[in-house]
Amino acid sequence: MNQEIFKDNWELIVGLEVHVELATKTKLFCGCLNQFGSEPNTNVCPVCLGLPGSLPVVNETAVYYAMQLGRALRCSVNRSVFARKNYFYPDMPKDYQISQYDMPTNLNGYLELPTGEAIGIERAHIEEDTGKTTHIGTSGRISGSDYSLVDYNRAGIPLIEIVSEPEIRTIEQAKAYVSELRNIILALGISDAKMEEGSIRVDANVSVRENGEDNLRTRCEIKNVNSLKSLGRAIEYEANRHISLYENGESPKQETRHWDEDAGRTRSGRSKEDAEDYRYFTEPDLVPLNPSKETIAKIDQEMPEMPSERRGKLADLNGIKSSDMTLLVERDHDAFALDAIKGGGEPEKVVKHLVNNLSSGLGALTPEALAQLVQMENKSEITSTQAKKVLGELVQRGGMPANLATELGFEVVGLNDLEKLVDQLINEHSDEWERFCSGDTKVQGFFVGQVMKSTSGQADGKIINQILNERATSK
Amino acid sequence: MNSVTPEQYQSASEIADLVATREISALEILERHLNKIEEHEKDVHAFNLVTINEARAAAKETDKLISEGENVGPLAGVPVAIKDNLCTKGIPTTASSKILEGWNPPYDATVVRKLKEAGATIVGKTNLDEFAMGSSTENSAFGPTRNPHDLTCVPGGSSGGSAAAVAAGFAPIAIGSDTGGSIRQPAALCGVVGVKPTYGGVSRYGLLAFASSLDQVGPFATSVKDAAIVHEVIGGYDPLDSTSIKQAPNSFVNEIDQGVKKLKVGIISELMGGIDGITQEVIDQTNIAVSTLSNAGAQVEEVSLPAALYCLSAYYLIAPAEASSNLSRYDGVRYGLRVDGANLQEMNVNTRTEGFGDEVKRRIMLGTYALSAGYYDAYYGKALKVRRLLAENFAELYKDYDVLLSPTSPCTAFKLGAKVDDPMTMYVNDVCTIPSNLVGHPAMSIPFGSGKDGMPIGVQILAPPMKESVMYQVAHTLEKASQ
Amino acid sequence: MSDSISSDEVKHVAHLARLRLTSEELVTFTDQLRAVLDHAKDVEALELNDVEPMSHPLPIENTMRKDIPNPMLKPSDFLPQAPAVEGGRFLVPKILGEEE
Repeated sequence: MNQEIFKDNWELIVGLEVHVELATKTKLFCGCLNQFGSEPNTNVCPVCLGLPGSLPVVNETAVYYAMQLGRALRCSVNRSVFARKNYFYPDMPKDYQISQYDMPTNLNGYLELPTGEAIGIERAHIEEDTGKTTHIGTSGRISGSDYSLVDYNRAGIPLIEIVSEPEIRTIEQAKAYVSELRNIILALGISDAKMEEGSIRVDANVSVRENGEDNLRTRCEIKNVNSLKSLGRAIEYEANRHISLYENGESPKQETRHWDEDAGRTRSGRSKEDAEDYRYFTEPDLVPLNPSKETIAKIDQEMPEMPSERRGKLADLNGIKSSDMTLLVERDHDAFALDAIKGGGEPEKVVKHLVNNLSSGLGALTPEALAQLVQMENKSEITSTQAKKVLGELVQRGGMPANLATELGFEVVGLNDLEKLVDQLINEHSDEWERFCSGDTKVQGFFVGQVMKSTSGQADGKIINQILNERATSK
Repeated sequence: MNSVTPEQYQSASEIADLVATREISALEILERHLNKIEEHEKDVHAFNLVTINEARAAAKETDKLISEGENVGPLAGVPVAIKDNLCTKGIPTTASSKILEGWNPPYDATVVRKLKEAGATIVGKTNLDEFAMGSSTENSAFGPTRNPHDLTCVPGGSSGGSAAAVAAGFAPIAIGSDTGGSIRQPAALCGVVGVKPTYGGVSRYGLLAFASSLDQVGPFATSVKDAAIVHEVIGGYDPLDSTSIKQAPNSFVNEIDQGVKKLKVGIISELMGGIDGITQEVIDQTNIAVSTLSNAGAQVEEVSLPAALYCLSAYYLIAPAEASSNLSRYDGVRYGLRVDGANLQEMNVNTRTEGFGDEVKRRIMLGTYALSAGYYDAYYGKALKVRRLLAENFAELYKDYDVLLSPTSPCTAFKLGAKVDDPMTMYVNDVCTIPSNLVGHPAMSIPFGSGKDGMPIGVQILAPPMKESVMYQVAHTLEKASQ
Repeated sequence: MSDSISSDEVKHVAHLARLRLTSEELVTFTDQLRAVLDHAKDVEALELNDVEPMSHPLPIENTMRKDIPNPMLKPSDFLPQAPAVEGGRFLVPKILGEEE
């Protein structure tokens, strides 16, 4: 836990509920397009408009994605039953949400953070998204709005809600949990997982307790958190709010609160006097899902490598920083790195290029090309400045670095040639050489400049320095 | 004249034959029925809407197809009345509720589509108890329907309009929905045949839901064979209904004549005097049916269905619970009635308070209560367990018996207004029909004699799931004997 | 066994169901609901701990559809029937009680 923020005797307790929009072609219960950015109310049909008489039919791909995620999170995949969650709200066309309640698809798993810590997953269930309500009026918020407008394009888009156990103890863990979950989802290819666009939405259940205490205290559910950064800020604000209340002899009441990014605070949410009674019951219009052992075995078999395994492979190479491993896996550049290393590229340099010089994408670059480039650098056939330029070209155009270097006129100035040049300069400028040898480092620039001049800047400054130092010590 | 039933009915199969062979045009058949409607509808009030123009256009289209040598299907030119809780594209669908004022569905219910494809002429939308909640068709926002056999009596409900339409000769076929007896009880009270198919045997897509796990769509007809023909047309798997059975049976007519020899028939003793409130004349008439079957070669025995005692209670918890959720969507936001308010919540409340009738409000509140935290286990949870007990009772009986027999309704048609003030008395009307809905089994009512008041009595035949063929055979045998 | 429904509870369920009752209606509905719930006492009294609840009448499982697009409605199919519309969206009066 971020010790600076919280007073020593308080412990932070966080459980996260993450909603993920699945990247199916169609909605969860009808064949309408699951598509972002269409004209309002154009991706709708009787089912997702909740027209009288319409009935839901489950999208098998959505169910498959949900089971894939469940297995990736080491959950048991179970016989599941859909339920209705009843409450009135205009963004829900039926005034109930079809979700899973006491028999969800996935139960009891865990997520391993890059640090190796495991956070328990209570459940990961399937449910439908709601429509989108826009509040019209001067404030732009609900309070003070004159009226609201509803678009049902989003209604019925398949969601998975992943509910963690309240086992998160620090803000860093909370952020790492969400980004690791995102990595897993991206590895599975079941969602585009963009937090800013709302295809991943995070609600945080926050409470605090005194160190050593066993029971959980009252929690508040924080909604409207749109980035990892605001997740951290929201948790911090809320925990401190609870601590202040307790220290003033008060206690927080259990409620939903909204994170206000601009104000940097949470606000009391929807006053749902009737919300505590959702009157869940089995959705009679849908039948239970009961995946066969074969289906689950197939999912396990086809499971892509998980980020933790992928980081493990990089770790086997030694010498790669843990933060770089996480970054490579997040960017999906780890397999590329391994190929480049297998192709003869020195691990450290390969990773350095990927992390520092290739953050905006690999373009037409191949692992073989990167391997060759690193080799050329190591043999000093090319300077690091030249290497960067070649890399830029490789990303743009593809091809191999040796050919590109020639084409770009990056003449190879070999070690021998450089030594000859340096020796010649020493002879021609003996005064300066004496000064260099007696420790006047200012004249070093003079020698390097002269070599650069006669090689049109294609020599490697480091190598020149090396030669100068060798000559000086062997004098 | 206090009765408007015709001397003789023309059957759907006869009409379809005559139309297909061009002995008579679909349009002429339609006009004959429209004339009857013109003559008596003001007394009966079977319809919320007679779709004269659309019906004429459909009949002309059928005639045109026939003249072009096209195959027009088994219901060519047959006028069909549709209960007004089934969606008809572009035609108002109200569920006899004010809350759906002005709503025209943008789609046809699967059943309606299948009927059209079979060549039927849809003549209109029939009256019902609001959202199918009732047993007398008095709970309609558009006024009650009257029994064609005696206009001072109710037709039963909730599909009272459909039953009355067939009994009055307005249409040889009508479609209804049955959640706790809403096809069979009005069929019995109006002296026509009414069938509740196996749950999942006929698509519910486009049926305005009352209680989703109990609702089934089925036919009314003047003969068992006509009902079977229509059942074949509307039945079968529908990918738009998740509860639709993939191997749903839809061939009944071919085997209808097989008789009842060697069949074992059980008489449900609880519904033959075991439970209070079932009138002696109905029990007597059912006993005559028993001897008829016995004489025809069936082996008939009295059996016990112990859980039947609890069905009424279980039903009046389960059905309202599902209904309370199903009817939430009528909130004034997307379609139908809106009564304005200062804010959204007020608008919701104003709309629903003004849009729903008392019986609907009663059931919504009952269901909300049964599902609410703290009462779920005692009421709804318990009711679901009774349902399981009942299913086990039936399964046990069907090891030994092919079909079961009972009265359909505890009594003949009662007077309008007689039971409206006491919901519980009204609910008891469903006591014989509810068990089949709770377990999803098929059951049907056929007219079998009449009471002292001269009003029709119906006998109910119950069968195991997807065994409608046997049910129709038994019904057909009884029908022949009663003629 | 709980006591039969009180008028306060009827008021509460009416609120949950977005219905308003006059004081007269409250009395009538309370009596009527009580009558039904009293009848249901026979079910409440049953000892059914070992019985599995039955939500669906028939044991169907795994009915699903392929992830294939279907034709959708045009706004002109349903918006003209909506009580209030603006810019292709459904208009509702202001929503109370979202934020403090």
